[in-house]
Amino acid sequence: MAKLSISKLSFLQFGPFDLTVQPNECVVISGPSGAGKSLLLRAIADLDPQQGIISLDGKNNFLFSPIEWRKKVGLLPAESEWWYETVGEHFRHIESTWFTQLGFDPAIAKRAINGLSTGERQRLALLRLLTNKPAILLLDEATANLDSENTQRMEALISAYKQQQQAAIIWVSHDIQQIARIADKHFMLRNNSLTQVS
Amino acid sequence: MGIIELSLKDLMSAAALIIVVVIITIWQQLKLTKSIIISAIRTVIQLLAIGFILHAIFAQPKFIWVIALATVMLLVASHEAVARQKKRFSGGWNFSFSLFSLLFASFGITIFTLNIIIGAHPWYAPQYAIPLLGMVIGNTMTGISLSLNQLTQTVWQQHRIIEQRLLLGESAKQAIADIHRDSIRIGMIPSINAMAVAGIVSLPGMMTGQILAGISPIEAVKYQIMIMFILTTASSFGIMLALSLSSKRLFDERQRLRLDRLINN
Repeated sequence: MAKLSISKLSFLQFGPFDLTVQPNECVVISGPSGAGKSLLLRAIADLDPQQGIISLDGKNNFLFSPIEWRKKVGLLPAESEWWYETVGEHFRHIESTWFTQLGFDPAIAKRAINGLSTGERQRLALLRLLTNKPAILLLDEATANLDSENTQRMEALISAYKQQQQAAIIWVSHDIQQIARIADKHFMLRNNSLTQVS
Repeated sequence: MGIIELSLKDLMSAAALIIVVVIITIWQQLKLTKSIIISAIRTVIQLLAIGFILHAIFAQPKFIWVIALATVMLLVASHEAVARQKKRFSGGWNFSFSLFSLLFASFGITIFTLNIIIGAHPWYAPQYAIPLLGMVIGNTMTGISLSLNQLTQTVWQQHRIIEQRLLLGESAKQAIADIHRDSIRIGMIPSINAMAVAGIVSLPGMMTGQILAGISPIEAVKYQIMIMFILTTASSFGIMLALSLSSKRLFDERQRLRLDRLINN
């Protein structure tokens, strides 16, 4: 568990932004497209150059190696990318319970990526990210391309992880019903300002 | 066994063949007419120029002249190696990388060959040093050019995969390892192919030249074997050097993929 603090964070033409997310807290960010929501998550994951302060429990992000940082601050993009032939090759180590928790047969590790549905891929991408045991989860429209059944599965898994690991979560979402289900706090990112709406 | 000298009339006959090609391209509307004429004229001017320069240097083999010519070859090759890339690094990094890699690989291997293998006296004897360096630089240049192009193009196309791998906590080196390896392979294939088909599908130019000049085929073949080995070695070293510099440049100190450093040529 860890607290994520962002202060005077700016990148490209966006910012400065301030935001704090406590352990076991889910902050939802919504706003018009092009407002910089995805870029904000990328900046926090240190995938793009940025100015300002990002810290975990008060420890500045440049005191971590980039590799350590991205393992602790896990970003799940809206679309998952896969580069090996089978599912299992994308996991450094595999515990079959991970798959069963998500409603998968452990044999899925041997299946070809090409044969998976979008929903399966996205759930597996989440699982792949969670194997790093990130203290912070950054979810970029994690369920935007999924049907309601798969969305529920994703939400259940994320909330279970949040509780177990006391994870702090920033979730970019547009779905009003989803926001009502998952958000502890809700911010709007609009006209280059981040304001709390609930 | 002497050599049959070519007269001006003989060269004019060869030029007549090119004119036939030009007429055909006009007729077929291939839009190559201008390039062919310009390139043909370049061939004449460039080769005549190097002929006179070599003639002068051979007459007075001074180290400084050899170095001067080698420097010109190096600069031109460094430029050409990156001239036809689809993407390049902003700020002249491509040129610097290929210059540095060509310098180390080509000059290193050529100096080794002149001193240790051939044992020319003096080691920079222009009759050996210049043609050898020319072949090594040319070959290494092609390899670097192919590899760099492959690297930057693939990274551009697969940047989402690379970023996904970084997000999962892989290092920049791990995230680009597959692309890096494939790009090296692409650059090395021409040299390996050349070795594989040498003497069967193709009679290498240098060997052909030596045979035309009246040297015994066995001697020519021995030289050619050595040439094949050093060409492959130099281009492998050059490619690996150029690619590791370029792969590094694609990422910054926080191991972020910096596509903004690549621009369209």
